[in-house]
Amino acid sequence: MSAATPAAVELEQFVYDEARLIDEKRFDEWYDLFADDGRYWMPLTRGQPDGDNHTSLFHEDKLLLKVRIERLKSPRSFSQAQPSWCQHVLQRPTVEDNGATSGRCRVRTPFIYIETQRDAQLVLAGVVTHYLRREGDRLRIELKKVELVNCDAALPSIQLFP
Amino acid sequence: MKRYRDDAEAVRSLVREDCVHRDVYLSPEIFELEMRHLWRNTWIYVGHDSQVPDAGDYYTTELARQPVIMLRDAEGGIRVLMNRCAHKGATLVSAREGHCEGGLLRCPYHGWTYRLDGSIRTIPAKSGYDGTALATSSAAAGIAPVRNVAIHRGFVFARLSEEGPGFHEYFGDALSSIDNMADRSPVGRLEVAGGVLRYLHDSNWKMFVENLNDTMHPMVSHESAAGTSKKLWAGHPEDEPKPMAIEQFLPFVNGYEFFDKMGVRIYDNGHSYTGVRYSIHSAYAAIGDYERIMEASYGEERARRILGEVRHNTVYYPSLTIKGAIQSIRVARPVSHDRTVLESWTFRLVGAPDSLLQRTVLYTRLINAPTSIVGHDDQHNYHAIHEGLATDGNEWVSLHRNHSAAESGGISGDYNGLSEVSMRGQYRAWARFMTLDMPGARS
Repeated sequence: MSAATPAAVELEQFVYDEARLIDEKRFDEWYDLFADDGRYWMPLTRGQPDGDNHTSLFHEDKLLLKVRIERLKSPRSFSQAQPSWCQHVLQRPTVEDNGATSGRCRVRTPFIYIETQRDAQLVLAGVVTHYLRREGDRLRIELKKVELVNCDAALPSIQLFP
Repeated sequence: MKRYRDDAEAVRSLVREDCVHRDVYLSPEIFELEMRHLWRNTWIYVGHDSQVPDAGDYYTTELARQPVIMLRDAEGGIRVLMNRCAHKGATLVSAREGHCEGGLLRCPYHGWTYRLDGSIRTIPAKSGYDGTALATSSAAAGIAPVRNVAIHRGFVFARLSEEGPGFHEYFGDALSSIDNMADRSPVGRLEVAGGVLRYLHDSNWKMFVENLNDTMHPMVSHESAAGTSKKLWAGHPEDEPKPMAIEQFLPFVNGYEFFDKMGVRIYDNGHSYTGVRYSIHSAYAAIGDYERIMEASYGEERARRILGEVRHNTVYYPSLTIKGAIQSIRVARPVSHDRTVLESWTFRLVGAPDSLLQRTVLYTRLINAPTSIVGHDDQHNYHAIHEGLATDGNEWVSLHRNHSAAESGGISGDYNGLSEVSMRGQYRAWARFMTLDMPGARS
C-alpha cells in the first residue's frame, strides 16, 4: 500500500461525514467534496448503464448541484417555504476497491434515508456507492451513485439529497 | 352525500364561461363521475406501439383506473384488452411489460388460457362445465376488449364508452403536434426510449393539465430554479455556448411579453397548444448534423418547415400532454380526487443522432422528475390550491384573463399566450363530456 492509498477507516469515515453534511444542511461544504468532474447519480432503473441515454432521478454535474444548492438559499423556493429535513442511516461501509492499483476507491454502503416536511415523512432505502480519488491531501468524489430499491416506483417529491 | 350523480344540470352548474366551482377539484363524487363519464366518453392515451414491437409483446396500464393490456396480436395489430380473466376476474398479467409465452395469455389463478385476440383457448378440466350455461354466459366471450382503439403515428388511444365522438372528430387538427413530433425523425418514426419517470402528485389531475398551457406561472413559480441558473450563468459571454441544462432552464424566467407573443391555439374538445409562433425550445443550439440529415430526407423546404414548428405544450384533453419539439410526453393517471400519477416518457427519433435523445432525457429529468426543482415548485402550488380552496368565502376559481364574450359563439382559434382561454376551453369540454351520457344531457 502506498502512502497515498487511503486506509479503510479513512474511507468509511468519509462516507459517514459526507452523509452528515447533507443531514446538517452544510451544502456548500458538501459541494466541495465533489471533484471538479464529479457527479451525483441516482439511476431510474436497476442496472442502468448510463445517465445520458436514459433518464435518471439525479445525474447532476457540479453545475447542476450548484443550481440546487443556491436555489435552496432563495426565499422564492416556494416548495421549501416550510423546509424539508433529512436523515441518513448508514450500514457500515464496505471498501470494494482501496484504489491501490486503480487510483480510484470504491465504497459500498446500504442506507435508509428519511426526508420529512410538515407532517409527511418519506422513507427511501438503497445502496450508495462512492467512487473516490485522492487529490492532494483529501479525498474527493468522482461519482456518488445512489441506487434506490424502489427506483421505478411512483415517487413523491424528493427535495434534498438521498 | 350525492349531489351530482345523474344530474347533468348540477354538473353543468359547476362551470361558468369564465370561472369554475371548487368542487371540480375537491369533490370525491365529482372525481368518481369524471372516471365514469369524462374519462370514458373521451379518447385516452394508452401507450405507444413501439413498446410492443413483436407479436405477443404486451404493456399494462390503467385507463380511468381500469387495468388494461395493450398487446401486439398474431397479425401484427395492436389490441387493448381489459386486464381481467373472464372466469373469476383476476388480472391476467401483472408485470408492467412482457411477452405472452406461446402466443397465449394464461390466468395465474385457474389456468384459463386466451389467444391474443382475447378469445378462450383452453379451460382446465373443461368437462366440469358440461350441461352448464357457461357457453351462453358473459365468460364465454373471453377477455373483454376495448372496442374503440385508434392509432396515430404510433400513439395508441382508446375510448372506453361504446358511444361517443369518433377519434378524428374528437382531436381534429390538434393531431398536427403529434405529426410534427414524428416528422422530426428523418424516417417519420418514433420509439419509446430512455425510461419512464413516475411522479406521485398529491393533487387533482386537472391541476397538472391546466398548468401546461398556463403561461403566467413560469416566471413566478420557477424563479428560484431558472432564476438561480440565470444568476449562476451571468458573466459568461453572450456567444459562449451554454451547457444544455442552462439552455433548458433559462427560458422559464422569460418575461410576460415573451409568453404572451408565443400565442396559444385552441381546438374544440379541450385541446390546445402554446407556442404558435415560437416557444421556450426555439433558441436551443443546433445538434450535430441533424439538420443536414433532415434535409437529405425531406428536402430543404419541408425540413425547414418541420423544424421551424417549435410548439411548447400540446394538451390532448384529458390524459396526454406532449412536447413535440423535444420528443417528450406526459400522461396523467388519476388515482383519486387529490392524487395523480404523472408519467413522463421520452422518445428516440429513429434515424436521428443520439444527442437528440440525450437532450430530451436531460429535459425530462430537469423538469418532470420527482427530484426536479421545477417540479417541486409546481407540485407545491398544485397542492396549495387544494388547501386554499378548502376555505370558505369564495367557492369560485377565476379564469377571467383575456376572456371575451365572443368566446361563447365558439372557442377554437388563436389567442395571446397569456390568456386563460385554454382552461376555459378545457372546462367547456369537461361539462360536455361529463354530461354526454347523463340523463338530461343536451344534444
